[in-house]
Amino acid sequence: MNTLQLQKTANEIRKGIVTAVHSAKSGHPGGSLSAADLYTYLFFEEMNVDPKDPKKADRDRFVLSKGHTAPGYYATLANRGFFPVEDLTTLRHVGSYLQGHPDMKHIPGVDMSSGSLGQGISAAVGMAISAKMSGDSYRVYTLLGDGEIQEGQVWEASMLAAHKKLDNLVVIVDNNNLQIDGAITEVNSPYPIDQKFESFNFHVINIDGNDFEQIAAAFAEAKTVKGQPTAIVAKTIKGKGVSFMENQASWHGTAPNDEQYAVAMADLEKEGAALCQK
Amino acid sequence: MSEVKKIATRESYGAALVELGKNHPDVVVLDADLAAATKTGMFKKAYPERFIDCGIAESNMIGVAAGLATTGKVPFASSFAMFAAGRAFEQVRNSVGYPHLNVKIGATHAGISVGEDGATHQCNEDIALMRTIPGMVVINPSDDVEAKAAVAAAYEHEGPVYMRFGRLAVPVINDNADYKFEIGKGVVLREGTDLAIIATGLPVSGALEAAEKLAAEGVSAKVINIHTIKPIDAELIVAAAKECGKVVTVEEHSVIGGLGSAVCDVLAEEAPTKVKKIGVYDTFGESGPAVELIHKYQLDAEGIYTQIKKWL
Repeated sequence: MNTLQLQKTANEIRKGIVTAVHSAKSGHPGGSLSAADLYTYLFFEEMNVDPKDPKKADRDRFVLSKGHTAPGYYATLANRGFFPVEDLTTLRHVGSYLQGHPDMKHIPGVDMSSGSLGQGISAAVGMAISAKMSGDSYRVYTLLGDGEIQEGQVWEASMLAAHKKLDNLVVIVDNNNLQIDGAITEVNSPYPIDQKFESFNFHVINIDGNDFEQIAAAFAEAKTVKGQPTAIVAKTIKGKGVSFMENQASWHGTAPNDEQYAVAMADLEKEGAALCQK
Repeated sequence: MSEVKKIATRESYGAALVELGKNHPDVVVLDADLAAATKTGMFKKAYPERFIDCGIAESNMIGVAAGLATTGKVPFASSFAMFAAGRAFEQVRNSVGYPHLNVKIGATHAGISVGEDGATHQCNEDIALMRTIPGMVVINPSDDVEAKAAVAAAYEHEGPVYMRFGRLAVPVINDNADYKFEIGKGVVLREGTDLAIIATGLPVSGALEAAEKLAAEGVSAKVINIHTIKPIDAELIVAAAKECGKVVTVEEHSVIGGLGSAVCDVLAEEAPTKVKKIGVYDTFGESGPAVELIHKYQLDAEGIYTQIKKWL
């Protein structure tokens, strides 16, 4: 896909996020929207996955360590063809397979159940170690929140990843600067994020995580790194694409009501129309 | 009794892993800087390429094991019970239990028989914690024979298994030709009609001795070894309760949430029976030689006998 096609896809995924969360009347739109471009690039460009064969042995693995942004993950998987886009409106409903947090047992394309922060990265490290042990060539990607890295387990996992020289592992930090209680700098600052990963012996790449060219360059660079894992610190805008949600901590875990939903979809339709003019 | 062979079940765990590793290349063993104590060092020596030392980071170790399991490996994650079940409880619940991953947890140094290290390292709560996790199998072997059989059975079982091993050498009591280990099946070690003693783990041998002493006084005690606390052998427990009318449970674990509670859960619903729960009575342990602690906490044959006599 070229950049314009990726942007159009991300726009559709953002519509899916807002629609799913609106239908659920709960959920986490802010961090789903901030990471929508990262999700799009991973599943439409970067990763070796097959919606027709979600469990194929040589697939690249993805673990959503910041599991609460499942709406972004699900909207991406649906648009990629793992399950029907219409099912997104069943998110968080009783009986739906689209659980509030990723459930590997029931959702096609989900490689690991997650949601309790700090745990996903450990599973990703386990997958990457397994590939090294067996001589498998698949790569492992895991997406973390910037608030999530306050969890000590993230650093336990990072220490082991570097110690084991897991150059098949890419850790992505969605650095949207906001968590439930406010700015990460006010709650318990994890900055400097890049230097922390560097000191843990990661190869670190800083990018604008809402810019496809920078995202593409970062993943390409990660593939060239030997003997150490890569951390991509992706600066993003929480709530990206929905005017009233952008940079608002209050939209971390709140669903839009009907009026807000209409405004959000109008914002995204407008963005979609603008992309079609390009 | 001095001629009875004694082996710590952690030794059995290490030996069984080496045996398992021979024929099963998918077996991977993880530890958190305790390989010398948990005896996974034996596996490390035999198959270094399939051994992962995660360092002192048990929470991460459980998550790494979960990740390994998603790719088809069969990880045995090992640490002291305190850290495997205690510190990493939520990782076991959410990263292993919820996705029902094929992770085996080998928890050594369970109970007060840890000895000199004292209360911080003596886990009397792990059975209670682990048995609340949906789909988790909980096994607490009583001796070397059973511990080795449990490791093999855990490998064959698809899904998460928690295995509890001890530091202290315990008598080998299951060394007979007909011994058969089946997950979820209790073992009748002694027949009796006045009282059913249902024991698990380290104090099973003491329970047998206590039954002999009771027999000498005309009290006929049945002794059942429950090596699998979950799924529990409800059928055997109910039948024993109906036959004997009185039940005593014995465990090197808190009387809150362990075998005693599991037995009471079964009996309360299916065959209400008077039950005496022998175990660690809602207290922390303390430092001291393991044998002395087991005596002080009345989990040796004499203590079990005395407590039963008092209750009867």
